[in-house]
Amino acid sequence: MQIFKLANAASPTTQKAAVNKLNFYYGGYQALKNINMVVHEKQVTALIGPSGCGKSTFLRCFNRMHDLYPHNHYEGEILLYPDNENILSPEVDPIEVRMRISMVFQKPNPFPKSIFENVAYGLRIRGVKRRSILEERVENALRNAALWGEVKDRLGDLAFNLSGGQQQRLCIARALATDPEILLFDEPTSALDPIATASIEELISDIKNKVTILIVTHNMQQAARVSDYTAYMYMGELIEFGATDNIFIKPKNKQTEDYITGRFG
Amino acid sequence: MNNTDNINEIRTIIARHKRWDLLALVAGIIALMIAVLTFIALFGNMVIDGMPRLTWEFFTSFPSRKPEIAGILSAWVGTTLVMLVTAAAAVPLGVAAGVYLEEYAPKNFITEIIEINVTNLAGVPSIIYGLLALGLFVYQLGLGQSILAAGLTLALLILPIVIVATREAIRSIPVTIREGAYALGATKWQTVADHVVPYSAAGILTGIIIGLARAIGETAPIITIGALTFIAFLPPSPVQDQFPFLSFEWLMEPFTVMPIQMFNWISRPQEAFQHNAAAAGLVLVLMTLLMNGLAIYLRYHLRKKIKW
Repeated sequence: MQIFKLANAASPTTQKAAVNKLNFYYGGYQALKNINMVVHEKQVTALIGPSGCGKSTFLRCFNRMHDLYPHNHYEGEILLYPDNENILSPEVDPIEVRMRISMVFQKPNPFPKSIFENVAYGLRIRGVKRRSILEERVENALRNAALWGEVKDRLGDLAFNLSGGQQQRLCIARALATDPEILLFDEPTSALDPIATASIEELISDIKNKVTILIVTHNMQQAARVSDYTAYMYMGELIEFGATDNIFIKPKNKQTEDYITGRFG
Repeated sequence: MNNTDNINEIRTIIARHKRWDLLALVAGIIALMIAVLTFIALFGNMVIDGMPRLTWEFFTSFPSRKPEIAGILSAWVGTTLVMLVTAAAAVPLGVAAGVYLEEYAPKNFITEIIEINVTNLAGVPSIIYGLLALGLFVYQLGLGQSILAAGLTLALLILPIVIVATREAIRSIPVTIREGAYALGATKWQTVADHVVPYSAAGILTGIIIGLARAIGETAPIITIGALTFIAFLPPSPVQDQFPFLSFEWLMEPFTVMPIQMFNWISRPQEAFQHNAAAAGLVLVLMTLLMNGLAIYLRYHLRKKIKW
């Protein structure tokens, strides 16, 4: 196993997942080309690149979101450790994958239900019925998402009454409530103002000791601030992958350098 | 060309274009007035003719050969019971079909044919449904000229309305909400039962009520399947005072409905019956307006808490 020397990661980490020769097709269009990458456990990995480079497409492979729509297909594998399961295998139920790997979307998408029911939903579909257990785990998730203090007196209120930033933290709480192994973020701050963005970034740093994080962002400063590893993608290919400090300070690839220094993209 | 000329020219052009604005406005108001005034005239005429007959006794009396003691008891009870059957049949069928087409059906040629036909069904003349029901429900299935047969016939008639309304309500749910549910590991059925149907309930209910408001005034299919035009008894009550308290005997009883009662009175030569018909029409229109009002209420107030 390759071990990276890192400035901002205290110790060498174990791998949570490995992507091997991943190709992905929207019908006849190949959106991802031969991607090989590792995901380190309890670290933040950022996916960056210009619009249309395939970074969201790549992220959505991790929870088999593409299975919701017809004519999509995967080649290659994403191995999830420690059990070595290829989550892209047709024999693996996408629902099982989604129960292990949660996702936070670009636009906050709370359900038109109460704050409590939003966070409890993942638990309910896992068959948790006891009120006391639900209450405890909802509180934990809201505390982890730094939202508990703001909502503890109004858990019965509609989630829509929260501000945009609060809604996004609610969605993070909803994703955290079920103790996922990996948490996927698809441009989680692109619909938020700078203050809400800062609070989400802080939150990501806080929860990375609990869960492995993959984050798509088109904001390079954000990638530099929150991530330990960065993958630069262009036209469906993984151009460069490495420790964030290396990518931002001395990228090996000319294209990566051009992108992160703002010469294009 | 100097600047003043230019400005004058622009003003001339604007003035010319605005003449068309005015013309369109006037034409629009006239068109609207024709529609509204016609309705007011018809409704007003009915109110003047029918109002004096709208007494308590009118609602609690059976039809009679004597116009002054004739009432609509059997008609409004019949209409209510037929509507109950219609709703009980059309709602689960229509909602399930709509959910299937939106959420489960594969997007292929066969689905497309089915979709086109559902839309086409909404345009089939109602008497055709009556003929179909006469053959299928009344004779083939042996339901006879009963409340059950009539309710099922009208259910068929409004099924396309309920299906289309269900599909439109479901389609207004943003894809992000659906993906949010799937991303948590929900199955298709959990997504449908916990999210899709509850969030589109207001739209679906509106569609159901609009469908029922259409069914309540239908005459042709009900006549075709053989509703009685003169009926001086009520079907057995659905609620009994003895165990098991519910009875379904009424389903197989003969019946009449409001529009048929009206039709019957209109075809009488005596003028007094014309007043009865107007009064019955008034009740029917009020029932329809009430249902439409409820639909509007639901649309604006139930959807208030859902904003996307």
